[in-house]
Amino acid sequence: MRVLLMLLALLPMLASATNAADISGLNAEQEARYRTLTNQLRCLVCQNQNIADSDAPLAADLRNQVKRQLLAGESNQQITDYLTERYGDFVLYKPPFKAITLLLWFGPVLLVLLALGMAYAFARRSRSTAKTVAVDEDKLRKLLEENK
Amino acid sequence: MRYLIPVVVLAALVVLFAFGLQHDPREVPSPLIGKPAPAFNLKLLDDGTSYSNADLKGRPVLVNFFASWCEGCQVEHPVLLKLAREFNVEIIGMDYKDKPEDVTNWLARHGSPYRKVVMDEEGTAGLDWGVYGVPETFVLDAAGTIVYKQIGPMTEQAWREKIAPLMAGAKP
Repeated sequence: MRVLLMLLALLPMLASATNAADISGLNAEQEARYRTLTNQLRCLVCQNQNIADSDAPLAADLRNQVKRQLLAGESNQQITDYLTERYGDFVLYKPPFKAITLLLWFGPVLLVLLALGMAYAFARRSRSTAKTVAVDEDKLRKLLEENK
Repeated sequence: MRYLIPVVVLAALVVLFAFGLQHDPREVPSPLIGKPAPAFNLKLLDDGTSYSNADLKGRPVLVNFFASWCEGCQVEHPVLLKLAREFNVEIIGMDYKDKPEDVTNWLARHGSPYRKVVMDEEGTAGLDWGVYGVPETFVLDAAGTIVYKQIGPMTEQAWREKIAPLMAGAKP
């Protein structure tokens, strides 16, 4: 049982080993940028994976492209521009801030504001209905005495 | 009035879902629509002479990225044959990440709808054209501008409704 658990613990190492060969030839600074970039770029075949994690052939091509451009001295911006020119903003996990993505960026804030507004309206309404209950003190006293 | 609110919310959700369900999340719109065809200079399958993006100008063409190993390409193949034979559409095949002998066998078995077959063995043109999964078909106007992209297999419906009107020049 213990052996099995140890083997299971080794599994993630296998997974990272598949993509490890890619970084040969990069210096430490380029390697760090390579990791950042490949983690921020979406694999278009398996859309919920970044290209660092994906085993799809297209992801391997895109990783190679990133590496080639890093070696050619391109900046991070130039590399992401290169890819968005071809694949659109969808390759970026973090969408750019433009008119068409405004709803994407501010949608959640709008929903929270809407919820707060509704909560406020609801609270006010229940308070105002509570106020309209008039208490007849004599009746109340009578009730209390009857139930003694 | 109070009871109208849930009805309105429900109606809004139905509209949202109806819109969302008609969109295939696998179809990523191409940023290349309206732009000139990306540059390439590759070899032709039959005689090894070079063929470049400049050769695509002058008449509307379909540029079809395919491969002998691609299953979706077999699905669309009869449609492409029909377009080439019945409608006289000029289709340029971009053989994506494939070997010349494999594609030669494949075309001999299934028939060729292609006026020319360009060998993109390394997939470099595919990368520049933003191809993320064959088959993909680009519609180019006479100026060599990309006017439409069909993601996935070509269908007769896509041809009739979207592509034929853009290729008015290609008629029998």
